[in-house]
Amino acid sequence: MEIPGTELLKSKIFTEKIVKSINRIIKDLNTPIKIMHVCGTHEHTISKYGLRSLLPKELEVLSGPGCPVCVCPAADIDKAIELGKRDDTIITTFGDMIRVPATNISLAELKAKGGDIRIVYSPHDAIKIAKENPEKEVIFFAIGFETTVPLIGYEIQSKPPSNFSVICAHKLIPAALELLISQSQLKIDGFISPGHVSTIIGLKPFKLFSDAYRVPNVIAGFEPNDVLVAILMLLKQKKEKRYETLNEYSRVVKPEGNKKAQEIISNVFESISSPWRGIGRILDGGLKIKKEYAEYDTDKKFDIDIEKSQDIPPGCSCHLVMIGKLYPYECKLFRKECTPINPIGPCMVSMEGTCSIYFKYYKEEYPK
Amino acid sequence: MCLAIPGKIVEINDNWALVDFDGIKQNVIIALIQNPEVGKYVIVHAGYAIEQMDEKDALEAIEQWKELAQDQDLNLEDIL
Ligand code: SF4
Repeated sequence: MEIPGTELLKSKIFTEKIVKSINRIIKDLNTPIKIMHVCGTHEHTISKYGLRSLLPKELEVLSGPGCPVCVCPAADIDKAIELGKRDDTIITTFGDMIRVPATNISLAELKAKGGDIRIVYSPHDAIKIAKENPEKEVIFFAIGFETTVPLIGYEIQSKPPSNFSVICAHKLIPAALELLISQSQLKIDGFISPGHVSTIIGLKPFKLFSDAYRVPNVIAGFEPNDVLVAILMLLKQKKEKRYETLNEYSRVVKPEGNKKAQEIISNVFESISSPWRGIGRILDGGLKIKKEYAEYDTDKKFDIDIEKSQDIPPGCSCHLVMIGKLYPYECKLFRKECTPINPIGPCMVSMEGTCSIYFKYYKEEYPK
Repeated sequence: MCLAIPGKIVEINDNWALVDFDGIKQNVIIALIQNPEVGKYVIVHAGYAIEQMDEKDALEAIEQWKELAQDQDLNLEDIL
């Protein structure tokens, strides 16, 4: 369903108008510009509508670490796999997660060997499975950014059955932005921030970064013209030497975010320094379940220690793709050994992974 | 993953609402939003409404672009 009026956000006439403005500003700026987004859904919009081909060559739009299944460390998947090998467990998770290659096998391969691995659309489905299978431990392998965190928080807080627990592999976006900004060699001129993460956390966490690092930020919706307007809003700030966090997606995102969801998050979780696959440990980059809810924390219920894991398989460049240092087609395995049917690295699996998006939408001509 | 789609609340039962997504009706958990109301739009992520919007507010937010898109003499960069 479209909210009435949103057709405009796909209108070609409007697109042309925005692109003209972008061209004018780029001309005035007279320097190469790098803009980064950190959301798989934004990359999807950009690639599907061929937005890069509309933009001047001085303007590069990079894809950052915006795919939650891609940044989930192999060790966490290995842990879910170890637990899934037991007879008394059912592992539940989102569909995107099960084909992601881990150190040895993926959850899908374990399922093919007889493991009880189930895809759920909603975390609440995992609770239902737990109620229907009281003799089994039903583990929800929880991945996702702030958009997804309150859903799991709500379920944990609503007294789920005692045979239910959560592997908490949630990651937090603002901390990742900080890491990307402080990586000076990338020299990013502005960030397009994810609309649905902001729906939950509001503008403030992004404002802190645009203030501290003097990098403009625009929270954007997911239609093609949303993304283009956001780019224009960033360029305009650049030109006027302003470093603010602006809200292009004001039809959904409230400046203060969703307070009720924020309360649930802080009631159930606390932030921790957390490893991102291929990127490394990020301070405040992830969450753990608070001790008040330890009975639902898989880590507290089972003593599983993954000693050795491998995030990036030999030859794969996901660690560089995820921070915008390399385009997927610059990886020598892209479209050869590595395809969505036989993914080598995590970025080729999910529909939000940069490599899989490029595989689907850029056939011959690659963006500059 | 962070995909969320809009629908309209048709009926409310405690923490659940029946939401109309272009004719397909589905039950959605509404415990994450303040004061859910029948007739309002919600943005739904993995079976949970994560925000509620008024049609009027949503339209206003888009209306501003409409004027910009239609006015031939207006340069967007002068306004945004
Ligand atoms: S194409 Fe495949 S191997 Fe190369 S970076 Fe992407 S996922 Fe890794």
